[in-house]
Amino acid sequence: MSLNGQGLRNWFAVRWSAFLLSFFIMALWETAVHVFDVKPERFPGVMQVLRGLWELIRDGRLLDYIVASLFRVTWGYLLAVALAVPLGIFLGTKPFWRMAVNPVIQFMRPISPLAWIPIALLWFGIGDNPAIFLIFLAVFFPMVLFTTSGVAGINPTYLYAASNFGITGHEFYSRIILQAALPEIITGLRITLGTAWLVIVAAEMIAVKNGLGYLIVDARNSLRMDQVLGGMLVIGFIGLLLDNLVRQLERLPSVRWKRLKQ
Amino acid sequence: MNQSSVRPQSLNKVEICGLYKVYEETSSEAALDSISDRHVLTDLNFAVPARSFTCFLGPSGCGKSTLLRIIAGFDTPSRGEVLVDGDPVCGPNPKHIFVFQEDGLFPWFTAYENIELGIRNLKDSQKRHELVLEYLEMVGLKGFGGYYPHELSGGMRRRAEVARALIANPDILFMDEPFGALDFVTRLQMREEMLNVHAMFPTTILFITHDIDEAIQLADQIVLFTERPTSVKEVLSLGYPHPRDFTKGDLAVLRRHIYRTMGVHAAL
Ligand SMILES: Nc1ncnc2c1ncn2[C@@H]1O[C@H](COP(=O)(O)OP(=O)(O)OP(=O)(O)O)[C@@H](O)[C@H]1O
Ligand SMILES: [Mg+2]
Repeated sequence: MSLNGQGLRNWFAVRWSAFLLSFFIMALWETAVHVFDVKPERFPGVMQVLRGLWELIRDGRLLDYIVASLFRVTWGYLLAVALAVPLGIFLGTKPFWRMAVNPVIQFMRPISPLAWIPIALLWFGIGDNPAIFLIFLAVFFPMVLFTTSGVAGINPTYLYAASNFGITGHEFYSRIILQAALPEIITGLRITLGTAWLVIVAAEMIAVKNGLGYLIVDARNSLRMDQVLGGMLVIGFIGLLLDNLVRQLERLPSVRWKRLKQ
Repeated sequence: MNQSSVRPQSLNKVEICGLYKVYEETSSEAALDSISDRHVLTDLNFAVPARSFTCFLGPSGCGKSTLLRIIAGFDTPSRGEVLVDGDPVCGPNPKHIFVFQEDGLFPWFTAYENIELGIRNLKDSQKRHELVLEYLEMVGLKGFGGYYPHELSGGMRRRAEVARALIANPDILFMDEPFGALDFVTRLQMREEMLNVHAMFPTTILFITHDIDEAIQLADQIVLFTERPTSVKEVLSLGYPHPRDFTKGDLAVLRRHIYRTMGVHAAL
């Protein structure tokens, strides 16, 4: 028996109970609001939130905002990953450079991307660019670290075997290094995508005039608590979908070996 | 000190000449001469005849793996040199294939893909396909080509790795306790298969084991090592036919001798 759920066969039952659980929580929420007679301005019930969301769907704003947020996340994320993975592979294979560069990255990483908002606005003005820049920062540094540690931790036997069969050059990097570090890289992709989604919402509260973060600030300013909560639900739901998307990568047969070995 | 000049070169595949290994950055020449407990290998001199099955026996931690890695070109000696066919070793070579103790297969490739790596320089993909299937069948893995290493048993993984090594048609096969992690019966089967392999392929085999009986059953030559700082204690030749019964005759005497040399007196 394994605790990581690998052997779980009844996928349908798992999904079904997750669905039931969320339904139960919403029912509890709705009842509590009525029983304790909470004012809608403080905390609206589920039905009211759904009505507020429906309004946003009908006038097309919700879709626009989702697209705007996803657009920024996608660009910032892809740009960061495209640069971080090669850099991480370089640092992972070159101990000298790793030791030289690591302190800089460790220094940059704990600075919240949100602390960069003033600089982002100053450099990139208004619009998508400052938000994309913030996403980039949120993803880039952790992604470099994940890739670096993945590559540096490759079992030396694989490197011996690769050199034994004369695997060199770009083939060495694409078929050996990248593959051996892929499980860690995918963990990094999953965690940083979550971070990116956290940051985009916060960034949109300040720098832009659309997106899900903006939706929440705008709804609060017009005292629409139902739409504030509606926005939160949508953010959580999309975050869940994104996580599931990247999780699919972990299922690839050429990636699963690492988890099974541990 | 240099035995290599004594024997005619053509008979020896590998010659170890005054080889030292110290795991330390500050291994100056002077430090090498004053032998300390930092030394792993000190002044090794012996030769491995071409086409022989040579087993390395020695106490745990004496440096057998280190020596094999140096001969294979993965590591460098602190002093001295290793000659293969009379030329110094300079790095790994696709004709000198190493079979690792475990994890030698790439886990992200299937058994088929792993074995195919042994002939990656073969241009003809149809021929490649046929060869891989042939070797899969030879090691008893027919139908398992599409399996990933983690989907195979320990013994099947060993076999797949041996197939990957053999398909490369190596001059030298290095094996570092390749069957150490297997159960007793599987290990006996693998031994038998190694003898067949050695009869079928013109390969020099360098084989590390901690199992004295295994060495006696397999080897044409056994190299016995001392404790650290390690040197060669004895080189034994075993010109006996296979299959061998080490409970009788000369082999029983030899076996008792090796056990005693390695400090075991009772387990006979
Ligand atoms: N990278 C290293 N740095 C320092 N010392 C090392 C290193 N690798 C091995 N050693 C030392 O070298 C000695 C020989 O190691 P090696 O792995 O070659 O032993 P071995 O004879 O193969 O042992 P075993 O039979 O247990 O596999 C050991 O005592 C070990 O402490
Ligand atoms: Mg060893």
